[in-house]
Amino acid sequence: MEHPPIIQIEHLTKSFPMGKASFTALTGISLNFGKGEFAGFIGPSGSGKTTLLNIIGSLDVPTSGEVLVLGNSIGGLTARQAARLRKENLGFIFQSYNLLAVHTVFENVEFPLLLLNYAASERRRMVMDALEWVGLTDKIKSKPPQLSGGECQRVAIARAMVKKPSLVLADEPTANLDAANSHNILQTMVKLNRELNTTFLFATHDDKVIGYLRRKVYLLDGKIDKDEVFPN
Amino acid sequence: MIGFLFKGLIRDKSRSRLPIIVVAIGVMLSVFMHAYITGLMVDMIELTARFSSGHLKIMTRAYADNADQIPNDLAILDADGLMQRLKKDFPEIDWAARIRFGGLVDVPDSAGETRAQGPAMGLGLDLLSKDTHETDRLNLRKSLVRGRLPGSRGEALLSENFSRKLKVNPGDQVTLIGSTMNGGMAIYNFTVSGTVRFGTTALDRGTLIADIGDVQHALDMPAAAGEIDGYFTEGFYDDDEATAYLGRFNDRYSAGGDEFSPVMLRLSDQEGMKMYIFLAERMGGIVTLVFMIAMSLVLWNAGLLGGLRRYGEIGVRLAIGEEKGHIYRTMIYESVMIGMAGTVVGTIIGLSFAWLLQTYGLDIGAFTKGSSAAVMMPDVIRARITLADYYIGFIPGVISTVIGTALSGIGIYRRNTAQLFKELET
Ligand SMILES: Nc1ncnc2c1ncn2[C@@H]1O[C@H](COP(=O)(O)OP(=O)(O)O)[C@@H](O)[C@H]1O
Ligand SMILES: [Mg+2]
Repeated sequence: MEHPPIIQIEHLTKSFPMGKASFTALTGISLNFGKGEFAGFIGPSGSGKTTLLNIIGSLDVPTSGEVLVLGNSIGGLTARQAARLRKENLGFIFQSYNLLAVHTVFENVEFPLLLLNYAASERRRMVMDALEWVGLTDKIKSKPPQLSGGECQRVAIARAMVKKPSLVLADEPTANLDAANSHNILQTMVKLNRELNTTFLFATHDDKVIGYLRRKVYLLDGKIDKDEVFPN
Repeated sequence: MIGFLFKGLIRDKSRSRLPIIVVAIGVMLSVFMHAYITGLMVDMIELTARFSSGHLKIMTRAYADNADQIPNDLAILDADGLMQRLKKDFPEIDWAARIRFGGLVDVPDSAGETRAQGPAMGLGLDLLSKDTHETDRLNLRKSLVRGRLPGSRGEALLSENFSRKLKVNPGDQVTLIGSTMNGGMAIYNFTVSGTVRFGTTALDRGTLIADIGDVQHALDMPAAAGEIDGYFTEGFYDDDEATAYLGRFNDRYSAGGDEFSPVMLRLSDQEGMKMYIFLAERMGGIVTLVFMIAMSLVLWNAGLLGGLRRYGEIGVRLAIGEEKGHIYRTMIYESVMIGMAGTVVGTIIGLSFAWLLQTYGLDIGAFTKGSSAAVMMPDVIRARITLADYYIGFIPGVISTVIGTALSGIGIYRRNTAQLFKELET
């Protein structure tokens, strides 16, 4: 692997309690991801993609095994440490955008910077940069209900990218988009990956997304089925 | 961050409207009820003070022990002398000697035979001195229905209802039949100078008001008085102040074992008054507390419903790296803003209603008819807006929104991040 690893996963197992028994969603996952990768977990619904992405994103914890993200052991983090890891280093993009509906495009993108206590002038500059990356500088005063799905997802990308995180996690980002919009946002992410060397990790079963990935980790029933790397 | 929250609240009407309405209604009721109860209690207390209890009351110890029987044989004998001393020792108090008595009012026909008769509650007070305050204190001029106030000895006022019942008009003669201080029979003729209505059933049933000089003469108790009532010249009754006077007076005037030595009672020593004073002083707090609890419960539930709608927002904020505790705190800040907004609205509306009730009053005469309580109930209820009404709403308004939000937000604390985040996906 040409990149230094920023994610190291070893023997990860995740099970959810189901009444008295438990359901194992991930079994024996061992994987590394390096800086600047543009990779994705691929598999049918229920194969464990989201679960894996959430653990990497410190939104959930492993049942056993070790997951190191930027040197932080996810299983051992306090809630506060996990929040801090997300705040400083991670960006999330969701299937359903999850923008704050009553806030403007500008305010949505600005929000992560508020948590990081940037000064107002600095925030303004960074938000405008991020909106420029996704081509939405003309919509800063609009609110999400006034935007198309593609525009919403571009706002979400700007929000994830505005603080220039090391790692962006995107869970089915194109599921609600048509083909043209899907390609548009994927090209935007490819560009950001190149220009900022941000690591992108997807969970998807969408062929359009899969076509852009340079590494494809296939999951089946919570296990790694295949791990393919494509040189550019 | 505060600016961000504020924008969210202003724009998301569904987040702010219901809680603001709840707070506004609760605060409005708190403020209004506070002004209403204060008005009612103060009016009842002052009405009772003016007509019967005084703010302070001096009687002989023996009279005080049986005050409800009006035992004029136990009256203060040298009331005139005591009045002189009181005026010198306590010049800041307005002192008034009074005699209460019971009797029959007999209306003779032209032949001198009884034409009509009725039991009367008599009140002898200083009506004729130049510097008397009794006329104003009992609001006699305004209460006059027919005729005029007594202008000389031998004249008396009858309550209007009583005079109607007896078919007596101003200018007519009536005879008071009672008993003298020494147990003899007292017969005394009065000319009815006028009739009065006080708007208080207890007083309007059968009252005869005459100058104390006449009553002393009629009941053969020269220079004596059943009681000497003291009134604070500034403001309303104040129990602490009254207690201080009580101590000073009883130290100086009251001789331990002598049952004819004068003793002082406070208004709050009168039967039933303690509760009203308590209510007047504490009711605001009680009302505020009740509304605070009720509003907290409503807002708790509203917060739970509102919180459900906000799981998406909460999930995304968690993902962006906000701490659970921070989200919880920002919700509390929001609730403070909502509480303030609701309180301002509620206070304005509550004060407006209170002002209407203070200015125009509400006639409840129909409901107080037949009440014979020692405490006098005014027939017209008026609110009384006090300084407290301008700020008292903030206590239930802000505290209830904070409590409601804190309770409904506990879910955020209890659930772990993964769970909260999952709820966002659905
Ligand atoms: N909180 C949970 N409790 C119980 N089972 C869960 C929970 N989260 C996910 N699962 C189960 O784990 C499996 C993997 O889910 P998920 O990671 O969401 O799959 P994918 O994203 O690949 O569709 C599914 O069978 C799902 O039902
Ligand atoms: Mg999924």
